[in-house]
Parts: sequence; structure tokens; C-alpha cells
Amino acid sequence: MRAWKTAIAACAIAMCGSASAAYAQDKTITLCWAAWDPANALVELSKEFTAKSGIKMKFEFVPWTNFADRMLNELNSRGKLCDLMIGDSQWIGGGAVYGHYVKLNDFFAKENISMDDFLPATVYAYSTWPKGSKNYYALPAMGDAVGWVYRKDWFARPEIQAEFKKKYNRDLAPPKNWTELKEIGEFFQGREIDGKKVYGAAIYTERGSEGITMGATDAMYPFGFTYEKTPGKYDMEGAVNSPDAVAGLEFYKSLYKCCTPPGHSDAYMTEDLDAYKSGQTALQMNFFAFFPGIAKDPNVGGEKSGYFANPPQKVEGSTLGGQGISVVAYSDKKAEALEYIKWFAQPDVQAKWWKLGGFSCHVKVAGAPDFPKSTPFAGEFLKAMGSVKDFWQEPTYAELLQAMQKRVHDYVVADKGTAKEALDALIKDWTATFKDDGKL
Amino acid sequence: MAVGTIDRIAERAARITPFGAANRMRGLSDRAIAWIFIMPSILILLAINIFPLLWTVYLSFTNYRANQPGRPVQWIGTANYERILSSGDIWGYLQVTAHFVVWTMLIQVALGLGLALLINRGFKTSSFWTTVILIPMMLSPAVVGTFWTYLYQPQTGIFSYIIDVFANVGAVDMIGSIHLAPWAIVIVDTWMWTPYIMLLCLAGLRSIPAYLYEAAEIDRANGLQKFWYVTLPRVLPFLMLAVLFRGIENFKMFDMVVELTSGGPGSATELASINLKREAFESWRTGYSSAYAVILFVTVFGLGNIYVKALNRVKS
Repeated sequence: MRAWKTAIAACAIAMCGSASAAYAQDKTITLCWAAWDPANALVELSKEFTAKSGIKMKFEFVPWTNFADRMLNELNSRGKLCDLMIGDSQWIGGGAVYGHYVKLNDFFAKENISMDDFLPATVYAYSTWPKGSKNYYALPAMGDAVGWVYRKDWFARPEIQAEFKKKYNRDLAPPKNWTELKEIGEFFQGREIDGKKVYGAAIYTERGSEGITMGATDAMYPFGFTYEKTPGKYDMEGAVNSPDAVAGLEFYKSLYKCCTPPGHSDAYMTEDLDAYKSGQTALQMNFFAFFPGIAKDPNVGGEKSGYFANPPQKVEGSTLGGQGISVVAYSDKKAEALEYIKWFAQPDVQAKWWKLGGFSCHVKVAGAPDFPKSTPFAGEFLKAMGSVKDFWQEPTYAELLQAMQKRVHDYVVADKGTAKEALDALIKDWTATFKDDGKL
Repeated sequence: MAVGTIDRIAERAARITPFGAANRMRGLSDRAIAWIFIMPSILILLAINIFPLLWTVYLSFTNYRANQPGRPVQWIGTANYERILSSGDIWGYLQVTAHFVVWTMLIQVALGLGLALLINRGFKTSSFWTTVILIPMMLSPAVVGTFWTYLYQPQTGIFSYIIDVFANVGAVDMIGSIHLAPWAIVIVDTWMWTPYIMLLCLAGLRSIPAYLYEAAEIDRANGLQKFWYVTLPRVLPFLMLAVLFRGIENFKMFDMVVELTSGGPGSATELASINLKREAFESWRTGYSSAYAVILFVTVFGLGNIYVKALNRVKS
């Protein structure tokens, strides 16, 4: 009899254990994002959320080159892997129209979360659909733009300064426009520094995902490239292939040809970082999100590197990076996911986020008077965010992106045709896509 | 076991068999019983192979997009097929695919047969070398693609270094050059799959009876004649089979090339299968990509059938 009682008690304890385990399991939410430095900072930050709420966090981080592929498949298949998604800015149209993201207006109103507390450019880019409307599908989570890093220590060397001044009749300093940037690239290309051959600039040329589009548009925006003549009208003729757009694309190709290291024909964030950190290049194009890591790098960090926002040419313009955080509509744990967003939106959490390496979009953090001086790149980040432009955020963005990847890579890397022909072909591709989508 | 015992067991088995079941089985023909046995396999085949194929054919005549479930699916006739067949870009991808398939087959057949003839001589360490040669074939194509990107790296890669040592041409950018990249993927595929051709050729060579060579010796045939009249006819069916398998595989090559070049530079190595994947799972043009898949399927199926007929002729 005693044996039976012991067995029953053991079973009861085991059942209670499994029930509490199941309960704990229920209180776990999964956040999906790209695998990069800020994601590690977010893991650290989220420990505080778990401590306060009792909700455990799981993270699904995918390398950038596969991020869109993997996560858009997840959303399109109505998967339940992610409860929270820090999706790319261009996904917002599809997220809203196809119902992947939960509309957050009622939640924001209920919890007194005001979009006025976030930088207007980030709210517009990361949260709204249709663009500029008051329909919010994400909370701005990670402000970002494409910027530049340069070898401050090389720039400071007297012999290099003297030679540069002799050649270009000006001081070697961060460029004021794209012409100057190219001159710096040409100056360093093939130069020997400390017994090692170095090159001008590591820029984006990647073919598979979005690399060359992010890089080329970074040059084209300052030259005056726009997607439409009239916003919202899809009238691309004369805008996408305008003389300014052609000049911008030609310039980007000339920069690729003159000033990149050998074999730099399929490079994106990681490859640019590798080239710069290994001391191969004087300049590096990359997202600001990587700059905290560069600042801490033992080889090129500290005083060895300086930072500047994308230089203007005819106008100011930088390619937008960054993401908003959304609740996935197929999640079974929307309440917990919303709780995370409520916690994340708090100013003190945002301040900690910035300290850990995330780029907060909160006005109390990014708008604080001491913010520009808080890191060597904070001021340039704010400058860049003042003139950011994004790729199409349409529901068909992936199709539009594929077309641009092909046309631009064909022209810039594979020497196929002229810039005008590439952009004309791009208009044809985009027109077909918009017609198919009923927009034209 | 005694005969009486077996009879007793059979009698007992017959007694305990339910009457209904026995009658039902007794009423079935051999053909019906055979159908019962193969029906599960046929149903599975229909469900996972034939139905998707037919469904793909149906979708190819529509504007369906898998990422837009709410959108009305419209029958658009042959519009997808017309769009694909009149697209210069698609013909370009098919040309890239043809270049890849033809050259990999030619080079691999020559090298594979050569290696098989060498290994078949049975020299002292031939077993060891057979194992070494087979290693690339055992690796994952994605891994092979990834590590060859390092070997091809113009500044630090060993491939560029070796070319420079022998040809003194400086750093060679195999992946970044529009002219060299199509050959870069041919080289990697050849490195990986020549052992497969070699293995099948070796099986063919080992199946040739020695008396045929003895008879050729008696007829005073020289080495070339023995190869032409004895070896080649016997190995040819094996070789053709290897080409069939590899040809089909290379027509739908994806993973190795994606890892190595992502289809670039530009579209220089964008094989049809890579482009199909972009259309189907990045752009989500499901109807369009279904038509694309059907065209590729018909092409492979048609070419495969012609080839199999030729193979049968060679065998007979």
C-alpha cells in the first residue's frame, strides 16, 4: 500500500512539474531579426524584460543575406515561428496589405504610446502604411542609414596629407561630396601603407539579396534620383531614368571600377567590414548599426577610425536602413508580444538600448542635447537620418528589388550596356510589376 | 518436423480463420490481390508526385500568387508561356545553363574516362587513389560552393596564386569577371563530379571479360584499336548513363552556384533554376514560375527521352 501511495505521489509531482513547464513554455515569445551586432545588444536588453514580466524570450536570428528570404517565407506561409518581427522597412507594405502584421493603433492609444515620441523620419519609414498615413504596423525599433567609415589614422599622416594636398590642392579630410569621395578612393587605391598594398573603398556590390541596390541608391539619391515624378503616381519615366539618376549610377560604377579591392564583386555588409577591419581599404560604406562594433575593434577602433554621413552631390540623401518591431498576426501569443512592445517603447529602456549598441529612434534619446557627442558617430547618424530615402515599400517590394538587383549588377559589375539602358529596362520591369499588382 | 505435425498445424490454421475473411480472399483474383499490395504506393506517388505536377500545370495558366491568398485567381490562358518564351532575359539564362551543362559534361566525360582507365590498370596504390579521388563527390554542394569562393579569392586564394605562378598574369578574379565566372562554375562542378563519371566508367571497365582482350591480342590489335573496338563499346552504355544522370542534375543545378556566385556577376552565371527560384520564392509570381517550371520540365523530359532512345540503341 505504501508503495502505491509513493507511486501516486511521484506521478502527481511529475504532472505538476510538466504542467508548470508547459506554463513556462507558454510564457515564452520568439523575436525574429537579422543576425548582426544590434541583435546581440537586444538579447542583453531583453533580459530586463524577462526579469520584469516573467515572459521568457527566444530569438531567431538569420544572416542578412538570407534574412528576407527566410522571414518573408515564414510570413507568407503564415508560420507561427515568430511572435515579434523586426522586419526590414520595405516589408511594411506587404506586412500591412497581406495581413502579416497586427495594426497597432488601438494598442498605442490604450497604452498611451505616442508616435510623436519617435523621430518623424523613422515613424514614416518604419511604421506607416500607406506611407505617411496614421496607420501604424510597427514601433520604430532600430534607426539606421548607410554611412561611411574612414581611416582617421591614415588621413592624419603628414606625408599622406602632403601628397594629397599636392595632388588635389586641398586637405585630406572627410569628403564634402561624392566627387571628393572618389578622389580619396583613387588616391588610396594601390597605395602602399606600412608595407601593405591598400585600396580605396569597400562598397556594396552584392547580387543575391539587396546589396548592390542599397549601395547604388546611396550614390544615386544625392545625384537626384527619385522613384516617381509625382509621389504615389508611379510615373517613373523621367524620374528613374532622369539624367541625374543616370549620372548617379554611372558615378557608382566608376567608383567600383577605380577604387575597390580585387574580388569585390559580390560584397555586402560582412565583406565590407572584413575588408576594412583587415586594413585593406581607406573607406568603407556600411550601415551605422555596425559602427559601435568598429569603434571597439582592436585593429581599427578608437582613434583609428572616423565616421561621416553619406556625402551630398546635388542634394542630401542617404539610403535608409533600420527596422520597426511588429507583432506577427499569426502568433498565438499576441498579448505577450504587445507587452514587449509596451516595455520597449519606454524612454529609459530606449536609453539603455542606445547605450548597448542599438540605435534608438526615441526623441528623448536621439533628440537629447548631448546625443550628438555621445559617440563618435552619433552626430553623423542624426545628420544621415535627416535625409534618408527608402526603396519602394510596396507589397511587391521583393519583385521590384529583384529587378533592380539584376539591372544594376548587370551594368555596374558585369559591364552590360549603359546606365540609361539599365534604368530604362528597370522602368519596364517595374511597370510590369505595378500593372500586375493593379497599381497601373 | 513430421508430415503429420504440419497437417495438424494447417488444419488448426484453417479452423481459426474467420469464414468471412476466407471467403472474401478466395473471391479475389491474383490481379486484384496484386492491386491491393501496390495501391498504397500508387496513392502516395499520386499524392506527392503526380498531383503537384498536374496542379503546377494548372497554375501555369493563371495569375496566382502564393503570397496573396485573397487575390482572385484568374485564368490567363497561355500568357505566362508567351511572356517567358518572348523574354530575352529567360533565353539568356537558358544559354548560361546550356553552357554549363555542355561543358561540364564534355570535360567530365574526358577526365572521368581517363581516370577510370588509369585506375583500372591496377597499380600499387590504385585503391588509395580511388578513395582520394572520390572525396569531393561526398561533400555537400553548398559547402563546396562556399569554400571555392575562398579558393577563387583573387588576393588570398590558392587558385589565383597557382595561375599567377604558371602564367604570370597577376591576381585572377574568377568570380568577379563576366568572362571567367561561367568557367569558374564549370571548374568547380568538374572537380566535384568527375569522380562520379569515373566510378561508373570503372564499373564498365571491370565488367569487360579478359578473353576479349586476349582475342584482340591474337588478332594483333594495337592499344588504340583495343580501346576503340573493345573498351569503348563496352564502357559506352555506362558512360552514357552517367552523362544522363549528371546532365539532368546539372540542368537543375542550384546550391553550389548560388553559394559560389549568386548568379553573378550580373547574370553571367544565373542558371535557369536559380532564376526560377527567384521568381517562385522571392518575387512570388507563382503562376508565372509554374509555367517556367513546366517549360524546364518539358525540356529536360524531352531531351532525356531522346537520349534514352540513343542509349538503348547503343546497348542493343
